[in-house]
Amino acid sequence: MATRDDRVPKIMKQGKVVPWLYVAPALLIMTAFIVYPGLNTLVLSFKNADSTQSAATACVPGEPCWGIFENYRYALTAPIMLNAFRNNLLWIILMVGGTVGMGLLIAVLADRVKYEALAKAIIFMPMAISFVGAGIIWKFVYNYGSGQVQIGLLNAILTSLGREPVSWLTEPAINNYALILVGTWMWTGFCMTILSAALKSVPGEILEAARVDGASEWTVFWKIMVPIIMPTIAVVVTSMVINVLKIFDIVYVMTGGNYGTEVIANRMYGEMYISHQSGRSAAIAVILILLTIPFMIWNIRRFREQEAIR
Amino acid sequence: MITDRVKKILSGIPTHVVLVGLCLIWLIPTIGLLVTSLRPFQDINQSGWWTALAPPRGAKDYSQTCASCHGSDGKSIATADLTDPELVNKYSRSIKLLAMLKKDIEGEPHLKDAPVPDPQQAADIADYLKRISGIEARPRFTLNNYIDALMGYRGTANYVTDCATGKQALDLKCDTSDLLNPRGMGRAFLNSLLVAIPSTFLPILFAAFAGYAFSWLHFRGRMWLFALLVGLQIVPLQMTLIPISRLYAQLGLSGTFLGVWLFHTGFGLPYAIYLMRNFLGSLPRDLFESAYLDGASHWTAFYRLALPLSTPALASLGIFQFLWIWNDLLVALVFLGGQHPVLTYQISNMVSSLGAGWHLLTAAAFLSMALPMLVFFSLQRYFVRGMLAGAVKG
Repeated sequence: MATRDDRVPKIMKQGKVVPWLYVAPALLIMTAFIVYPGLNTLVLSFKNADSTQSAATACVPGEPCWGIFENYRYALTAPIMLNAFRNNLLWIILMVGGTVGMGLLIAVLADRVKYEALAKAIIFMPMAISFVGAGIIWKFVYNYGSGQVQIGLLNAILTSLGREPVSWLTEPAINNYALILVGTWMWTGFCMTILSAALKSVPGEILEAARVDGASEWTVFWKIMVPIIMPTIAVVVTSMVINVLKIFDIVYVMTGGNYGTEVIANRMYGEMYISHQSGRSAAIAVILILLTIPFMIWNIRRFREQEAIR
Repeated sequence: MITDRVKKILSGIPTHVVLVGLCLIWLIPTIGLLVTSLRPFQDINQSGWWTALAPPRGAKDYSQTCASCHGSDGKSIATADLTDPELVNKYSRSIKLLAMLKKDIEGEPHLKDAPVPDPQQAADIADYLKRISGIEARPRFTLNNYIDALMGYRGTANYVTDCATGKQALDLKCDTSDLLNPRGMGRAFLNSLLVAIPSTFLPILFAAFAGYAFSWLHFRGRMWLFALLVGLQIVPLQMTLIPISRLYAQLGLSGTFLGVWLFHTGFGLPYAIYLMRNFLGSLPRDLFESAYLDGASHWTAFYRLALPLSTPALASLGIFQFLWIWNDLLVALVFLGGQHPVLTYQISNMVSSLGAGWHLLTAAAFLSMALPMLVFFSLQRYFVRGMLAGAVKG
């Protein structure tokens, strides 16, 4: 590698110690706050509730037991966990589909109007506020009044149409959808912005040529635009999957995980800080990272490829 | 051709309808929150926020039943000035009003041919009379909710009234020190700033150091070390909460600002290093070469050259990191809790302890959103850039 060394500017050769001084603060803090605790969590996931003994000691005779993987048995088979996984899956399907679909729709439409910047700012605005703030905003929209007057917008619309008001956040058949709608409201702007940038990079001549040849706008969109921006769509989808897997605040603020709305991250928090089952909580955290890693790796790889092309 | 232009405009209409419709759907919930936070709390639970500008309840019934004799302002007939507070005060209940309406006045029935209103209507009219006569007149909009939320007021009236009459709760002093009441949003706002500013500054500083070393200093293994550090982005925050909170309990760091600063610094670094290295690495090499030839040391090159040039990257990164921390609930919940409540913690606490105290909740939520909105609308370009590059962060 001598040739490469020669091309290195002289200023870069500062002796052996100096570079490490620049890197040291970051290295130390990241070791202490990411590497060590990450590995520690892995170890804890094989321990019992107060991390003093192996997880196998928590086994109850006569009931199924996975030995040292007992916490994982709980995390993967307990009814409350299965419910959380089901909910998370619902979140992923609906919220990722919703944000990417709506984001694409708005990006395409906004491209054709003069008030594009304003429309995009409005759609992106929820990204600036906290999940907690968004939770309050939507809790108010979903408000259910037991009396005559409905101060929640949705129920006011329902009653003015002569229907019965609905308790959106406590009705098990509806509440998950109500929460997912909030997430979609928040994250559509993110998808829209990335997809809009990708759409603008589609060469105008190709679109014009297709239109001159008589292709309808619908065909232009599905047969030309979508295939060209497919790599970007893929990155957006994976980013959203990762985000949705870790969703916590919306559920915590709006229902507290009650009425069958729990998701994985809420279970993890609950096991640790409410039930004081650190082993189980750690196992859930490990499962969470195992679920995100494939998307992450794929995402980073795609991102690099795109950067390389640019 | 004119027909072509008309056609073009017509074909654009569905686009406008859908887009404007979607923008409205996106805006209306937030507008509802803002309007509600500005209404008197008595009104919030009585009528929807969209009626904030509508005439008061009972105005319609009054104009149908009474206005023909008493006039629309209630002052028209000499025998009874309906806006006289003392007169109206007698009809605190609609039953009384109904009884009164059935009575004869000077041998003539009070309402002549007009139908006597049903109790609900009578109640509305009584309400309306109180409104126009000044007994219960209150402005449509007020800032009291914001004051109450800032001071942490939890009574049944409002902070200003209670303080004026000396009926305030024990934890309130009715001077500026109430802004620091641990139950209030004023204190929480301060705490959020105390958490967010160092937690933004520290990781960016360390990332600038590391990014500089990774792009302009030569040492063994820098490529794989860089890849390793950036790869740590995949570790979700949840993965580290348990060991760190145990460690903090041992070190006495739980519930301290220092603990939160360090945690946010750790988790901000992978992405910050990635961004700083990419930015610094893309600066022209000649720049650093000539600086070296002019006798600059690595420190001068970093401090006088690399840092000032990377202002755009620092701005995007800073805004992203600041808002991420400002909006975070989980870390604040675990490491600070109630000892130093931040905005998000305070609000989520109000949700569970206040139930439907919408006047406080809406004002509190808007207080917490004010700063991010300001940053968003004033620095939109940097904000969007930072957000896009870092949205996958732990």
